[in-house]
Amino acid sequence: MIQIEQISKSYNAHAALKQASFKVDRGELFGLIGPDGAGKTTLIRILMTLLLPDSGKAHIGQWDVVKDYRKIRQHVGYMPGNFSLYRDLTVEENLRFFASVFGTNIKTHYHLIKPIYEQIEPFKNRRAEKLSGGMKQKLALSCSLIHRPELLLLDEPTTGVDAVSRQEFWQMLGTMKEHGITVLVSTPYMEEADLCDRVALIQNGEILEVASPKNIVDHFSSHLYRIKGKERLGLINALRSLSLFTKVYPFGEYIHCTSDEAVEPVVISQQLGQLGMDEIVIEAALPGIEDRFIELMA
Amino acid sequence: MRTILYLIRKEFLQIFRHKIMLPALFIMPFVQLIILVHAADFEIKNIKIHIINHENQNWNVRLISQFMASEHFVVHQVSNSYTLAYQQLEKREVDLILEIPKDFEKNLLKSNKASVFIGANAIDGMKAGLTTFYTNSILRSFNKNIVLEQMKIANSRSTAGIQTKTVFWYNPEMEYAHFMVPGILVILVTAIGMFFTGINIVKEKEMGTIEQINVTPIRKYQFLIGKLAPFMLLALMELAIGLTLGKLMFDIPMEGSLWLIFGFSVIYLFTILGLGLLVSTFSNTQQQAMFISWFFLMIFVLMSGLFTSIDSMPAWAQKTTWFNPVAYFIDVNRKILLKGSEFADISGHFIKVGLIGLVVNFFAVLNYRKTSA
Repeated sequence: MIQIEQISKSYNAHAALKQASFKVDRGELFGLIGPDGAGKTTLIRILMTLLLPDSGKAHIGQWDVVKDYRKIRQHVGYMPGNFSLYRDLTVEENLRFFASVFGTNIKTHYHLIKPIYEQIEPFKNRRAEKLSGGMKQKLALSCSLIHRPELLLLDEPTTGVDAVSRQEFWQMLGTMKEHGITVLVSTPYMEEADLCDRVALIQNGEILEVASPKNIVDHFSSHLYRIKGKERLGLINALRSLSLFTKVYPFGEYIHCTSDEAVEPVVISQQLGQLGMDEIVIEAALPGIEDRFIELMA
Repeated sequence: MRTILYLIRKEFLQIFRHKIMLPALFIMPFVQLIILVHAADFEIKNIKIHIINHENQNWNVRLISQFMASEHFVVHQVSNSYTLAYQQLEKREVDLILEIPKDFEKNLLKSNKASVFIGANAIDGMKAGLTTFYTNSILRSFNKNIVLEQMKIANSRSTAGIQTKTVFWYNPEMEYAHFMVPGILVILVTAIGMFFTGINIVKEKEMGTIEQINVTPIRKYQFLIGKLAPFMLLALMELAIGLTLGKLMFDIPMEGSLWLIFGFSVIYLFTILGLGLLVSTFSNTQQQAMFISWFFLMIFVLMSGLFTSIDSMPAWAQKTTWFNPVAYFIDVNRKILLKGSEFADISGHFIKVGLIGLVVNFFAVLNYRKTSA
C-alpha cells in the first residue's frame, strides 16, 4: 500500500529524514515509533502531500506522492497531530462539511464511523472547541474516515490523551482492518508498538528496523539484566563505571543493563559491593521493544 | 462549483457565529455615520472674537455690529485694551483679536484708507485659516458698503456695479453631511473588505484548519473564492445599509444610478479583497494581519481626500493617490450621488481601479501559492 524509497528531507541544515525506506502492506495496522523529533511528522506530511521530499520516491498504491497528489488527497484520510477541525462549528457541522467537500454525505459511510461517532453523537450540537480531548480525537477520526479512505494516516493521535481514551482509540484502529483500510500511525509510546501488526523504529531521521513487534523483540541480541537498589542515581553511575555493560539506562523502577557476554549476577553484586553498594536486586530480564530500540541506537 | 457553495455555507456559519463580526457589521455603519458625519463638519461657527475699539464713531460701531450679526462669530468683549485682549487669546478664551485703530473713521473718510489689526490663535492652523477667511469676508462686505454709500452721496444717480454672486454647484446648501456620507460609506466597505478578509484567511492558518483543508480535494481557487465571496456579499450589503441610513438620516441626494455605484463597488471590492488576501499571505497570526491592514487603511484614508482635499496636497502626494483605490471610490461615490455622473464620466476610474485590482490580485495569488504547500 505504501512504498517509501530513500526519502530524504532537510530543514535548512537540519536533516529531518535520511534515506528512509520501508513498505506497508494493504490492510496492515502499521506503527511508526520513535521519540519526539525523530522525523515521524515529516514522513507523514510527505506521504500526505503536504511536504515535498528533497530526494527519494514514495508511492501510495500506484500514486506518486509528488505527481498524483490530487488522487492521494481524494483517497487518503489524515489526522494531524494538532486538532485542526473548526472549533467554532459544531460536531455535526464539522462532519457534514468534511463529508461534503469529499463529495459524499454522512449517511453513505456511516457504518464505518458508527462505533466512534455514536460516542460523541449526544454532543453533536456542541461546538468542537467545547469538547474534551478524547472526544476531539474521536471527532477528528470520524472526519478523516467520512470519505472511506483506503489509507488512514494518523500523526500521534494518542499524545496527550488519557489512558482510557488511548485504549479505546487503539481498539477502534484495530477495527479498521475489517473494513479493509490500511492504517499508518505514529506514536512516541513504545508500549503501543505491541498493538500494531508491524512497526518501524525511527530515530534521528533514520529507520532503524522494520518488523512485527514480536520479531523486533526477538532481534534483541544482547544479555539483559534488571537491577534495583536504594540510591538510583549513584547506582547508575556505579554500573556505568564497571566495564561489564555496553549500555546502562533507567527503565521504570529498575535499571536495565545490557552486555554482549553473559554475566553472572554474583559477579555484578561483588563488584558493586567493592564500591560500597549493597542491598541490590539483580535479575536476568526479558527484553521489550524499548530495549531493542536502545540497542539499535548508536 | 458545489464545493465552493459548501465552502461559502461554512463561511457564513462561522461569520454568523462570530462574537465581533456580525455586531460590528450592523453597528459600525450607524456609529460611523452618526459620529463622523457630524464631527467632520469643517464649517466653523461660534468663533469668539475680542474687538479692541478706541472711539465710538459711526463706522466703528457699524463694523462691530457686522461681526455681531455674523453667524460665525460671537463677540466675547469689546474693550480698548490690547493687553486684556491678548491675555484672553493666550488663555484661549477668545480665538481672534480685531483691533480698530485710533482715527479709523477719520482716515477712512479723509484718505479713503484705513487699516485694522487681526490676530488669531494659529495652533489649529486650519481653524485659524478659516477664521481669518471669515473675518476678511466681513471686512470686504463692509468695504463695499462704504464705497456704495460714498458714491450715493457723490451722485444720487445709482451707478451700475459689478456684483459677484456665489453659487455652490452640486451641493447648493453646502451641506457637509452630503459631502461626507459618500466618503464614510467607502471607509465602511473597505474595512470589511480588507480587515475581515485578511483576518479570516489567516485564522485558518493560525488555528491549523488549513492543514485539514489542504488534504481534501478542495482546489486552491475554490478555497479562495469560498473565502472572498462571502465578504464581497457582506460588503455590498453594508453599502446598501449605509446608503439607506444616509438617505434616512441625512437625506443625501441620489442623483445618479445606484446600479452604477454597486457596479463600481464590485470592481473596487475585487481590489480590496485582493489586498486582504495579500496581507494574509504575509501574516501568520490574526494580530499581524490586523496590524498590516491597519497600516494600509490608515494611509489610504488619510490620503484619500475624505478629510483633506487632494488638490491641497503637495504635488508628490497627489501622485500617490493614483494608486489609492479608496480615493477613487470616494470620488466616484460623490460624483454619482451628488453630481449624477454617468458611466462615461467615471469610466477612467473603472479602468484604473480594475488595473490596480488585477495587479494586487496577481501578486496576492502568486504569493499565496508560494507560501502554502
